[in-house]
Amino acid sequence: MAKRLRAFAAFWYDFVVGDDWLVAAGVVASLGVTYALSQAAVPAWWLVPLSLVLLLPVSLWRATRRGG
Amino acid sequence: MGATGALFIAVFLACVVEAVEATTIVLAAGTTRDWRSATIGMAGALAVLAIVVAALGPAVSEVPLRGLRLFVGALLLVFGLQWLRKAILRASGHKALHDEDKIFAQQVAAAAAEPRRSAGLVPDWYGFTLSFKGVLLEGLEVVFIVLTFGANQHDIGLATVAAACAVALVAVAGVAIRSPLRRVPENTMKFVVGIMLTAFGTFWGAEGAGAHWPGSDASLLVLVPGIAVFALAMVAVLRGNQVAAVERS
Repeated sequence: MAKRLRAFAAFWYDFVVGDDWLVAAGVVASLGVTYALSQAAVPAWWLVPLSLVLLLPVSLWRATRRGG
Repeated sequence: MGATGALFIAVFLACVVEAVEATTIVLAAGTTRDWRSATIGMAGALAVLAIVVAALGPAVSEVPLRGLRLFVGALLLVFGLQWLRKAILRASGHKALHDEDKIFAQQVAAAAAEPRRSAGLVPDWYGFTLSFKGVLLEGLEVVFIVLTFGANQHDIGLATVAAACAVALVAVAGVAIRSPLRRVPENTMKFVVGIMLTAFGTFWGAEGAGAHWPGSDASLLVLVPGIAVFALAMVAVLRGNQVAAVERS
């Protein structure tokens, strides 16, 4: 039973998070900060695009360092 | 091309890519094991997917739009960035290109090694499970994309039509040639889908988190080409690094 639960959790982790956890964590963090800025009535539409510009190169750099 | 056109193209291309991958697996199961078992497996998986859509479709439509956009935007962003990352690595030579012929050959070799065993109406259990799992796993992504894109744009019907067109096109081509669909420009399509998922994820995620886009939906017309240009620039940079590394060695 525990083995099946682990396999189930591993499937969903792989399906949702994929190869690089940093991307998922970065996306969640950028949306969290966007929410906080919006609540403070600060324009925040630029934050997620900016996070992409940072996250994608970092993730690519990590991937090329460990060979794809 | 407005948001509706972008929705259709994104869902259609994503579904073609997933359908090609599922078709390769079904063809491998059918040609090496047993066509009847592979067909039953495919039909069983499609039935499960239909139940998932019937159960989740109305539920997703009931979720408040802002919460839905935040949740879906986050997931699409993660999915989109993963697709884009792999596509950039492939385009720049850091990762092997997706090759349906090679995948087909691997599936055939694995299938040929397994003993034959019947169960109930299924003449070959291995062929059935290979086909069932392949279609179910690839289909889950199609279902997710159709439901999320459709619900967010208030047009599940259009998203379903786009997915149905893609699956029908690939299925007809697969049945007609009965070999891996090697002529489909899968790597290019994955690149485009990665861009579209990332753009829609950025738009919906930020909006769901409370941000207001300048120009509302029209900002997608800037996001899509902007992300495409950035991704192509990343390919150029990585290719340059690759060349420089070869020259140094």
